[in-house]
Amino acid sequence: MVEAGRWWTVLLAPALLLAGALLAVAADTCAAAQHAGRRPSLGAVGRRLLEVPRLLTAQPRTLPAADRLLWRLGVLIVPAAAVLSVLVVPFGHRGVADLSVGLVWFNAMEVLTWAGLWLAGWGPNSVFSLVGGYRFVAQGLAYELPLMFALISAATGAQSLRLADIVAAQQGLWFVVWMPVGFLVHLAGVLAFAFLGPFAYPAGHDLAGGVLAEASGVDRLLLQAGRWLWLTAGAAMAVPLFLGGGNGPVLPAWAWSLLKTLAVLGLLVYGLRRVPVVRADRYVELAWVVLLPLTLVQVLAVALVVLVRQGG
Amino acid sequence: MEAVSLWGLGVVALACAVAVFACDSMARATFALLGSLVCVGGVVFVLGLPYLGVVTVLMMVMEMVVMAVFMVAYMMNPAGLMPMSMLHNKRGALGISAAVFASLTGAVFLVDWPQRRGSPPRDTTFQVGKALMGGQMLTMVVLGFVLLATMVAATVLALHRGRYDRLGDDLDRCPARDPAGGGVGR
Repeated sequence: MVEAGRWWTVLLAPALLLAGALLAVAADTCAAAQHAGRRPSLGAVGRRLLEVPRLLTAQPRTLPAADRLLWRLGVLIVPAAAVLSVLVVPFGHRGVADLSVGLVWFNAMEVLTWAGLWLAGWGPNSVFSLVGGYRFVAQGLAYELPLMFALISAATGAQSLRLADIVAAQQGLWFVVWMPVGFLVHLAGVLAFAFLGPFAYPAGHDLAGGVLAEASGVDRLLLQAGRWLWLTAGAAMAVPLFLGGGNGPVLPAWAWSLLKTLAVLGLLVYGLRRVPVVRADRYVELAWVVLLPLTLVQVLAVALVVLVRQGG
Repeated sequence: MEAVSLWGLGVVALACAVAVFACDSMARATFALLGSLVCVGGVVFVLGLPYLGVVTVLMMVMEMVVMAVFMVAYMMNPAGLMPMSMLHNKRGALGISAAVFASLTGAVFLVDWPQRRGSPPRDTTFQVGKALMGGQMLTMVVLGFVLLATMVAATVLALHRGRYDRLGDDLDRCPARDPAGGGVGR
């Protein structure tokens, strides 16, 4: 049902991802204005987006004994991995690539962020950046395993790692209905690998910006863009995994994909300011003591349902 | 196309492997090794085992990032401030590695490789799963227990505090006395 698109989808997918990320930034700006008791306005959104040309033209900060190669590499990896991850996400009935292991591809790209952010923290030869990089690794150890089991529950339900099969398996009943734990853990994971909102710990204000502390100019732009691109990519991934992909009445499949993605993205942006920042050492205990058993039980339940279905 | 990417990935993997020993910074050496391993994952992918290829990339990135933390912490190059070398016991190591490389390369050409019978299956992921969870089930289960036991034992040996330190002599202290508070109030 889902097929690989033509060559121009390779350009369209990143463009759509970028548009989604810009929308998320705009929504976040409005939420911030409301939070501060001001009226959300287009002007505020415009001022936030003016940051892009400002960072593009800003003079980059030079630091003594910085490891420029690793720094640049890390800064590039974060947004590049986000773009690569959506290549397997079907949009309507079309994806850029119809990989037989699409789910694992997404996970692998997401894990590349670990390397990217650690390098971005290491590169500048600055204490605050380095601590930020280490914080992300600690956070990664906390969020990654529950997230993996959330992804596995969807794959188990569809008995396939191909996203097209996962979408096809949800005709009639979306996975979110019988895998609610997986869905919620996936959303938490999205916020965590985008290091935004409650998971902004690696770039915390208490650390003078953490991994962002010394990043300036294009470096800073790429890292910030990487966060919002990852948030959008994670929201787009939740749709084929748990929300039935492009399935839906009346409207064409691509419109359903778009609507669902925007809904998830809106929910995530709303959540950004509702939850305080969680320290990694606190979250790791919650993740391993509460979330991990919950997701394991979820996978077990899904596996039993699949077995019973096959038997009957 | 496949041949080009295979050779390209192979050359990059080798170049990164050389860089591991040429770098004078532990962080660079670690990530050169990661680059080499990611290329190996790419080779496996191109050879028609997409699951094993992508999983190799996934696991290697996680593993090498965690490894970087420990390598930087324990090696003789604190925080990358002093130049260091990955070369130790140069003469012996050179002899051993040359011998291993020669024997492995020789084996590639000397072994009488069997001809392919039948055609490769469409979904190799399924075949891998069947091999691991069918014929090799016992091996995998034993491996799983051994790994788990190793992890628990290593953690127990590394910790200098036991449950009596945390929960008191009668194991009834609540919340536990921990150097850093946990997230769920135990």
